[in-house]
Formats: sequence, structure tokens, C-alpha cells
Amino acid sequence: MAESDVTGLAISTRGLFVDRATVRYPGTEASARPAVDGASLAVEEREVAALLGPSGCGKSTLLRAIAGLEPLAEGRIAWAGDDLAGVAPHRRGFGLMFQDGQLFGHRTVGANVAYGLEAQRMPKPERAVRVAELLELVGLPGAERRRVTELSGGERQRIALARSLAPRPRLLLLDEPLSALDRELRTRLAEDLARLLRETGTTAILVTHDPEEAEAIAGRVVRMRDGRVLAEESAA
Amino acid sequence: MEHGDRLVSRSTRRAGRAVGTGRAWGIAAWTAAAAIPLAFLAVFFLLPVLSLIATGFTTDGRFDASGIPAVLGEPRTWSVVGQTLAQAALGTLLSLVLGVPAAFVLYRLRYRGRAALRGLMTVPFVLPTVVVGVAFESVFGEGGPLAALGLDRTLLVVVLALAFFNVTVVARTVGGFWSQLDPRPEQAARMLGAGPGRVFWTVTLPQIAPALASAASLVFLFCATSFGIVLILGGRSLSNVETEIYRLTVQFLDLRSAAVLSLLQFALVAAVLVVSARLRRRREQTVSLRPTAERIRRAHAPAIAVVAATVLLLHLLPMIALLVGSLRGRTAGADGAAEWTLQNYTNLFVPPADSPIDGSVADALATSLGIAALAATIALLLGGLVALVASRRPRSRVLARGIEWFDGAIMLPLGVSAVTLGFGLLLTMNRPLGIGLDLRTSTVLIPIAQALVALPIVVRALLPVLRGIDPRQRDAAAVLGAGPLRVLGTIDLPLLGRSAGLAAGFALAASLGEFGATSFLVRPDTQTLPVVIAQLIGRQGSDSYGTALAGAVVLGAITAGIMLLAERWRSDTAAEW
Repeated sequence: MAESDVTGLAISTRGLFVDRATVRYPGTEASARPAVDGASLAVEEREVAALLGPSGCGKSTLLRAIAGLEPLAEGRIAWAGDDLAGVAPHRRGFGLMFQDGQLFGHRTVGANVAYGLEAQRMPKPERAVRVAELLELVGLPGAERRRVTELSGGERQRIALARSLAPRPRLLLLDEPLSALDRELRTRLAEDLARLLRETGTTAILVTHDPEEAEAIAGRVVRMRDGRVLAEESAA
Repeated sequence: MEHGDRLVSRSTRRAGRAVGTGRAWGIAAWTAAAAIPLAFLAVFFLLPVLSLIATGFTTDGRFDASGIPAVLGEPRTWSVVGQTLAQAALGTLLSLVLGVPAAFVLYRLRYRGRAALRGLMTVPFVLPTVVVGVAFESVFGEGGPLAALGLDRTLLVVVLALAFFNVTVVARTVGGFWSQLDPRPEQAARMLGAGPGRVFWTVTLPQIAPALASAASLVFLFCATSFGIVLILGGRSLSNVETEIYRLTVQFLDLRSAAVLSLLQFALVAAVLVVSARLRRRREQTVSLRPTAERIRRAHAPAIAVVAATVLLLHLLPMIALLVGSLRGRTAGADGAAEWTLQNYTNLFVPPADSPIDGSVADALATSLGIAALAATIALLLGGLVALVASRRPRSRVLARGIEWFDGAIMLPLGVSAVTLGFGLLLTMNRPLGIGLDLRTSTVLIPIAQALVALPIVVRALLPVLRGIDPRQRDAAAVLGAGPLRVLGTIDLPLLGRSAGLAAGFALAASLGEFGATSFLVRPDTQTLPVVIAQLIGRQGSDSYGTALAGAVVLGAITAGIMLLAERWRSDTAAEW
């Protein structure tokens, strides 16, 4: 069931649909330009899309709005045709990977990866299997008992990715996941990330300011500027 | 992820409904978490303080402000106020002069054992006022090593004892800021030809001035509301407002004059708070921050010498004199030399025949420990709730402002003197809220008063840790599927637990040593250790004096032990105190 829309975008019953979303930060004047200014976007299931734009263009804010961490001033966000307004972040079934990982310093690597599974009340033995599986997947097998503080920058982001993937999110949001790393590591992890998303069949939106990274990971690149989504172009 | 469309849409809709009820529960829970500490404060703090004010303005239930000019017209009132201001000003000045080198050596220099030294320097701050008062008395009083100077019962000794506590306050407040200060402006000044002294006066001092100012106002407040020190070391001629309120209430039963003096004390405290708020606003200047520590150089020798002298003469000498005094018998023989004995410690358990107190000192210690444990529990529970509520960052501007007010309201007991609090509780709690239940006949008011005194300290120890949590940590937990309750349990509570040890230590130490409020609330059959020590110390030459010294050693050792244990538990994240 696809209904037509003024913007010309069809509201898909599958995947994510963002319709003229506007986000204002609290404390800013109503007359000031909002961080996200009527942005529209559609992402099909199993698709990996990149949101590309200069810093401050509102791409991270849009990502946080999709996650439910920023309220919409106007517009709507829907998944599989259902409006997500009023659905709390923890009930959306989305994952979000932060630029700096945001690993929980008071938990071990294994306990970090298991966090989302605990929230799903997965039984302990199953949880251990799933954690081991993901650590294997991100190339850090057997790291369960290591402390988060002793990880290198690249290892941290691998664990953050494993943690985000563990609860099998229906949509994975990646907020500049590689930009805190040095260039060489970035190139290598970008390849790994692209492969992992492909292999797990994860629907994902990647936010980045690096065109090369966007091309390497995403099947489709969407550009953003001044809080708006610009015309789309297809990647090879 | 083989979700059929229908399955997903149904589960999302169910989730939507659950959010509605979940949010209602959340609002109810946060409201309760804020309301419980506020209600406690309203009944046991605001009500007593307000009724105290009312007492100053009424006679036999009718409005009558004539008591105010009567009290203000007495010369004694103004000599007491003058004495309070003089003690506070001199105490603050000495604390600053000794505290700035201590801040430098403890926070700006790098050497082995610095962490241990910082931990030790918290001990003077938490030692009970009674213990410190008795210790200075054992230095300058009859039979003490410096008795020959004839300084007993002089302003100088009171000021020294006030500095004993507050040097560490200055060192902590200023040092924490100083350790974050970018050293490059100083280096630039050096390269322009300024010597170390000139660099300090022209570059460093202006940069740390705001921290210095806020430390000074805090110390002034502590000195102006000091009770135990002045009661023990001051005598009648050196009375400050606090001890005068106590004297008027307990000796002369002149509640009205005491209430008017309490009003004066309010005005004084309020004035200090206003000035300090002004200064704190000016503190928000732009200084570049960059944590550094220097190696020790020869140029640091004067600062190190001042700190060594402070620790040895101001802190250690009274403690050693106290310990030695507690191990000596009553002055005997023509040569005046007393012999070594454990008699004073035996007297703690078996009171001598002429003992002025009911029961033994050991009984009082047991009572103190029980009451302090209860008070610390209350303070930790309420303080935990307060810290959780005050660390929220709601989107709504009204709520955010509300939380600021909430945080400020909880700090009120810090500004009101303990004597005022104890006096107020004594006045109102015969019929709390009109309920015919006389709380004064039970001892329950003591832990409540002590919890009120400890609450601001507990909150200041817990809050920075919770405020230090990156809000995106909670976001990360939420997008992993954790509901608000699970986020609280897995992100906030583990960190709260880590600083709980330090908060518990502060709460226990503050409660154990609490003297100002407690001295109004004790009953002959339930005395706390500080109150008993203060009673015994007044009897020089008798067995009671030696027993007081021994009791002070025990109380000081327990408090210091608790604090050092708590310091070892503290997390890496620095508390504000």
C-alpha cells in the first residue's frame, strides 16, 4: 500500500520513511534556522544509504531524530508505514553507533556487547553464544573479559559496532563511526564495515563527511546541506 | 529479521501504548524522588527555622517586634557580633595565607606520595570540632607544652583552631582549579624576564583569584558559624553569635533574645551568600585550561616550607599534644611532672566517682555510633535521590529551571548554622505539624538533625559523578533497547555506587562529630560523644579533664579512620569536596 505524497516520494510500507522532518534545538529562537529543516528521506530494507555533508549541516541531528533521541518540531518519521511519533528510542528496534563509540567504561567488552541482549531478556547461555559470535565477526574473538579502557581506538569502534549489531536492529544508524580514527585504519575498517553490513543484511544509514567513505560503504549517497536533503545520486 | 509488515506494525502500536503508561509512571517516580527530600527538608528544616523567626517577632502568640530593638540595643549583642566578624575575618585570612601554598604543593607539583598526602589533608576538615578544640586546649591550656605563652582563651588560639580546618578547604577548592590551569601564560611571562615572584603576582594570582574568592566566602561562612571551637576555646569574652544563642537558651532560657540573635545570624549568612554568588558569577572568566603538574625545583622551597610548617605545627602539634595529654595522669608532685598512665582510657569505661555525666564515655560512644549510622543512612538515601533528580537534564526550560532551584534548596542547611537548626527543632517538635506527638522526648531528632547537616555534603560528593556522565551514554543504552529504569540501573547506579563510599564516609564523619545541633537535642540519658567531651573538658584539674582528652583521641581516631577508608574507595572522578 503506497500512498502518494506532495514531495513526490512514495510512502513505502517497507523500510524507513522520513517526511519533511524539522528539528529545533531547545533554547534557540523560533526565527533561527532549525538544525534539520524539512528533510525528507526514504531507505529501503536491506539498503545501506549514506548521508553526506559538511559538519554542521544537520546530518547527525537527523540521525538522532530517527533514533528518537531528538523530538521532531514538524514532519514525521515512519517505519514500515507506522508513524514513530511517541515511540521511545528503546522501543524502536533501531541501533545507533556513536562517533566515539560511547562504550560503557564500567563494563567489560563482553558485557558491553551483551547490553542490548540483556535488555531483550535473552537467556544467559544464548547471550554468551551471541556475544562470542559478534566478537568473532568484528575480528576480536575471545575479547569478552577485556576492559574497555585497554582497547585501542580501532578496537573500540569494532566493539561499538558489535554492540550495535548484537540485538539485530531493524535499522542501524552509524554516526561518523570511523572519523575518530587515523587514515590508514579508517580505510581498512571501512572495507570491513561494508562487508559486515552486506553479510548481515542490515539496513543502515551512514552519516559521514568523507565522500570516499560514503562510496566505500553505502550503495546510495544522499547529500545534505543547511538542514535539507539535496537531490540524490546513485553510487556505482 | 524476517519481520512481516503486519507483525511489525502491531508490535510498534503496542509499544506506543506502553510508552503512554510508562511515561506516566516515570513522571510519578521522578516527582516522588524530588518530593521526598523536599518534604523532609520542609518539616525538619524550614518549619523549625520559620517558627524560630516567628518566636523573635511574637509575645504570647501576638505580634510584637519589641524584642528586636531590645536585643539590638544591648552593648553585649554588638560585642558578640564584632567578635564573630573578627574571628571569621582573621580565620579566613590565615586559612588563605596557608592554604594557597598548600594548594600549589598538593595540586600543582608532581612527586611520589602526592595522592596519599591529599588524602591525609582531608582528615583535618572532617575531624569533629570538639576534638580540635580539646586538642588546642591541650597545647595552650594549663599543663600544655605552650601554656607558658599565656595564650589560653585568646583570640589567636581560636583563629589558629579555625585555620586548622579551613586550610584544607582552601587547598581543595583552589588546588582543584589550579591543577587545570594552562602553564603557558606563566612561561610566557618568564620569557619576558619576570622572576618567579613577579610571575605569581602578575599572572598566576589574577587567574586563580575567582577560585580564591569562592574559597574565601566558604571559609568565612564556616568560621562565622563555628560553634564547638569557640565554645571550648573562647570562654565568655570570646563568644560569637552561635555560642551566645546557646548560652541564652540553655543557661538563661531567654528564647526570645536567642531567636533575635538567630535572625542576626541569618542576615550575616545571607550577606555572605550574596557576596559569594556575585563572586562566583565573576569566576566564569575565560582562562585556558590544560591540566599540568611540575617537577619539584629549588624555587618551590618556600612554598614547601610553608606547607611543612602548617602540617607540623598547625595540624600535628595539637594532635600529638592531645595524645600525650591523654596518656598522662593528673599533675602530681612538686616538680609538676605527671606520670604515664592509661588511667584516662580506663575512665572511659569506668567513670570516676566525681564524673559529672550519667553513665560512661563508652556508653556515649555507642550511642554516637548508632545515631551516626542512622543519620548517614538517611543522608545517603535522601542524597542519592537528590543527586539523581538534580543530574537530570530535561528538555523543558521550566523543568531545567526547577531542577536548579531544587539543587539550591537542598544546599540551604549548609548556609544556616547548626545551632539555629538545633534550636529550631527544639522549639517546634513538641507538636510537629500539629500532630500530638512530642518528638523531643525521643532521640529521633538527633539523627534527623545530623542527616540534615550531612545532606549537602553527600549531595556534593555524589552529584559531580552523575553530572559527569556523558548524556550520550544514556542515549547509547536507550538505542540498545534499555528502558528508562534499565538505563538508571545500568548506567547511573553503578557510578553512584562508586562514589557512595566517599559520600558515606563524609556523612558518617559529619554525623559523628556534629555538635551544634546535637547539643540542643541530647537528653541526660542519651548523650553523644562530642557533647560528653565538651562537658568534661570544662573541668580542668579533675579526672574529667583527662577523660575528655582520651575521649577526644578515640573520637578523632574513629573519624579519621572512616575518612581514610572512604578516600580509598573513591572513584577517579573528583568530587567537589
